[in-house]
Amino acid sequence: MSPAGQSGPMDTGRGGTASRGANPANERELIERLRGGDEVAFVELVRQYQSLLKRVARMYVHTEAVAEEVVQETWLGVVRGIEGFEGRASLKTWIVRILMNRARTRGEREGRTVPFSALETEESTCADPAVPADRFQDAADAYPGHWTVPLKRWGDDPEQWVTSNETLDFLHGAIDLLPPVQRSVVMLRDAQEWTTEEVCEALGLTETNQRVLLHRGRSKLRKALESHFQGQVAKA
Amino acid sequence: MNAWGMDCNELVELVTEYLEGTLGAEARANFEKHLGLCGSCRNYLEQMKLTRLATGTLRAEDVPADALDSFRSAFREWKKS
Repeated sequence: MSPAGQSGPMDTGRGGTASRGANPANERELIERLRGGDEVAFVELVRQYQSLLKRVARMYVHTEAVAEEVVQETWLGVVRGIEGFEGRASLKTWIVRILMNRARTRGEREGRTVPFSALETEESTCADPAVPADRFQDAADAYPGHWTVPLKRWGDDPEQWVTSNETLDFLHGAIDLLPPVQRSVVMLRDAQEWTTEEVCEALGLTETNQRVLLHRGRSKLRKALESHFQGQVAKA
Repeated sequence: MNAWGMDCNELVELVTEYLEGTLGAEARANFEKHLGLCGSCRNYLEQMKLTRLATGTLRAEDVPADALDSFRSAFREWKKS
């Protein structure tokens, strides 16, 4: 990804075309190693996907502890099922689907009242502006619809600030506060660098809904980072 | 025709479509026209890109060693069966 600070406003920064670990040859090799009972390959896989799977599981279950159990069950499912994995989907979407099936069953047993489809509808259709309306001038002002107060940059080196350990720790917390489907879409797209198609396939979303959920999730994270930055400026 | 291309409150809702490359030609032209005139919205777009960058920088949390141990033992059980 090109450093955002150096790209001009006209750079669309088209996202979602690169995908980490999607090299088919590598993936075939990994699958072969898993089938052959290669423990190192398995542990690598767990390391790579554990935290992501836990976040996706939280779409369906109430607690962190249950999410962890679901992830454990998923890994067992992966181990038992790898022999029969036909490679029609990519390994990662296959793993996420196993997880979603387990989590859904578990969520139903737990009596989670909101099914995934309702959660998705709620998160993508309820009124949820990227920026609160009071940040913009209203009809009585000089420039209706324009910023009330000019939006400032996050310091002289915003890229350094946003990728500092302190900011990233804060961001972790902000991601955990996102509604569950938005959180999963943001993590898959922006942290795992999955393509739109992969996310839609794994989570069963339409492209439009996927984009709306991504937009809302990213917008909330931006807002959280902005408050965090302003808090630091106020303290300094 | 809006002299600014569009208003700031409209632009902030189109940022993701802009970054995804799914805006239609006309909306895209208006978006870029607005950016050329509005420093606040240029900063807004930069912040959305920075947000994406920061999320992409998050390291996967370390999986606790005891969790890995339980996976390892499950894996060994399966190999034996």
